[in-house]
Amino acid sequence: MASIVSYGSYIPRYRIKAEEIARIWGENPDNIKNGLMVYSKSVPAPDEDVLTISTEAARYAINRWGKENRGKIGAIYVGSESHPYAVKPTASILVESLGLDYNIMAADYEFACKAGTAAMQNVIGLVDSDMIEYGMAIGADTSQGAPGDALEYSASAGGTAFIIGKKGIADINRTYSFTTDTPDFWRREGEKYPSHGGRFTGEPAYFKHVLTAAKKMMELMNTKPEDYDYAVFHQPNGKFPTRAAKMLGFKDSQIEEGLMTPYIGNTYSDSMIIGLSAILDKAEPGDRILAVAFGSGAGSDAFDITVNDSIKSFNRDLAPTVRKQLENPIWVDYANYVKFRKKIIMRGD
Amino acid sequence: MSDVPRFWRESNHRYRLVGTKCNNCGSIFFPPRDVCPKCRRESIGKMQELELSGYGEVYSYTIVHDGLEPFKFQVPYIMAMIKTDEGPLITGQIVDADPSEVKIGSRVRVTLRRIREEGKTGIIQYGYKFVLEK
Repeated sequence: MASIVSYGSYIPRYRIKAEEIARIWGENPDNIKNGLMVYSKSVPAPDEDVLTISTEAARYAINRWGKENRGKIGAIYVGSESHPYAVKPTASILVESLGLDYNIMAADYEFACKAGTAAMQNVIGLVDSDMIEYGMAIGADTSQGAPGDALEYSASAGGTAFIIGKKGIADINRTYSFTTDTPDFWRREGEKYPSHGGRFTGEPAYFKHVLTAAKKMMELMNTKPEDYDYAVFHQPNGKFPTRAAKMLGFKDSQIEEGLMTPYIGNTYSDSMIIGLSAILDKAEPGDRILAVAFGSGAGSDAFDITVNDSIKSFNRDLAPTVRKQLENPIWVDYANYVKFRKKIIMRGD
Repeated sequence: MSDVPRFWRESNHRYRLVGTKCNNCGSIFFPPRDVCPKCRRESIGKMQELELSGYGEVYSYTIVHDGLEPFKFQVPYIMAMIKTDEGPLITGQIVDADPSEVKIGSRVRVTLRRIREEGKTGIIQYGYKFVLEK
């Protein structure tokens, strides 16, 4: 089966703390930090969007692979729920911004927070069927939370790109998806902010899909939680994946490497895969990873991955690791946050 | 009048710093040139596209406090002349940095960012900016 050949993640340098958002809305920050397990989140700069974030993540992936290989990429798919245009593909701009060959399949995907893994599955299919030699799958978002909504503490920005081919550093043993019509979270055409079903987003949505996909994958692979060195789940906050892991029988030590949301917030289409990226930053040959994404609406994509010996000769230092990007943030206050996120009504708006 | 065709024609150098190299004298140019100003007719047919590495250092810079309309959300912002590793000097914005972090000689690398939008319904123009290399 296909293998991850290279990867790269990008996190905007600007961040805001949960305390600062809680200060504005008169909430107790400890309730957020202890309840949701979200301590801070990334904030895209005023000139950043899904295209710029995707470009940066993809350039990191290409740097680690070798720029001279770019022309071999035969497909590029970008998953996001905040594409810059309603009509005009992010993927086609990426073909130019990355310097890819024009003989390439390209499209944008949307499936709430799992559009990036949907992109991965499509590239895996194309590689396994020999339609392409290499493909790139990206998940990136600049997610929006309405002012005062609980989502405002977590909705953040980031992106991860995977180059997938036949022989790489981490073999994708299998992928499995579970999909139902579950209206837990949505955004209508033309609306700036999403709506959600409050507590309905938990049991019938996140937990049902993530747990089903994880259990089914372990059944298909005849594995148990203890067979995995790492597990990473979609992380809308810190609490949900921690609870899901416990319910499945995983230990904290298996999930902590990939748990990024407490520090950078929920990067939506990037949420699970940036955790996977953080694991690959550290992984050793033979490490086995269970990765489960979730997208509202709703569905889960599960991946069973084994890191192979090629990771020893793979130069991870040619791009910043996920944890390196947590260092040296520029903290913004709420006033600058609303300015950056263009939540201020300007003359002419 | 829309800038769409003009930006589209220039997208590879705005997105990826694609310049040109004169294969007669070895000079590298950015923005790209069709003819080498040193070799003139000798360079015809010998100009080759060259993608710059995107790395360089701050040659000089200034802090803009009274910015242009498309940059009003970023004031104060840093405009710099970047001496690229390949030689050409490029004027560009340094982003994601406090002005106090920038020094002459600071290492930078290129990044792609939004430059401006043609109103709420028009095209989004992207182009190169720079970030401090850590």
